Amino acid sequence: MPSRRQFVAAIGGLAAAQLLPALASAQPDPFAPLIASFTGGAPVRQGRVTLDIPSLADNGHAVPLLIKVESVMSAADHVRRITLLSEKNPRPVIATFHLGPRNGRAQIATRVRLNGAQRLMAIAQLSDGTFWSGSAEVVVTTTACLDDS
Amino acid sequence: MALARVQLPAAAKRGEVVEVRVAIKHAMETGFRFDNDGRVIPRNVVTSIVCRYNGDEVFRAETGSGIAANPYMQFYVVADATGEFVLEWIDDAGERGMERAALTVTA
Repeated sequence: MPSRRQFVAAIGGLAAAQLLPALASAQPDPFAPLIASFTGGAPVRQGRVTLDIPSLADNGHAVPLLIKVESVMSAADHVRRITLLSEKNPRPVIATFHLGPRNGRAQIATRVRLNGAQRLMAIAQLSDGTFWSGSAEVVVTTTACLDDS
Repeated sequence: MALARVQLPAAAKRGEVVEVRVAIKHAMETGFRFDNDGRVIPRNVVTSIVCRYNGDEVFRAETGSGIAANPYMQFYVVADATGEFVLEWIDDAGERGMERAALTVTA
């Protein structure tokens, strides 16, 4: 007959084994399918891409945003494409930018609409075919509401 | 006719990286809003913004309803020859717009 201690350990292990995968699958990465359609399944490394956005945005209808990619922007080594993804917008691909060596600097600023506090991600494809990503969290006070009429 | 604007320095040295700012006057209607009679206001957003420098494409953005009304883009370009900078855009309704700016490059 198992001791009380063994019994408790066994029950605890069983509960953890059942709970952990459930927790992991309860929150799938919302970016995964979007990233796959942009990269075609190629691996994405973190880094080189900086997403500059106010941590608190008062008005979700127009949030200033800056995307910077570390690149020398030469003919041999430059940024080809950058895509900007949103976690909560009804259309999650905000924009895709096409750049080249003639830009001289891989930096883009624009204004976006955001449907609530969320994480944004930018993925850059370099001329050597590698993909790099950067992300930023933003809290939005007034969302760009869907039912705003 | 919608308005658009291209801003860049009037003159630059050869090889200098200059800042280009473009803005388009456009409502960027999302298609998620309703009018006073409860009908959906059809989506009409700028879907493509292209910039050409002396005929060569130097910047292109595929945009959607996630870009704020009156889309604004700021980017950089290497000033390598005196010439013309052309911004072209198109929206869901098929309306197109074009705006030009001149750039003088000094040695």
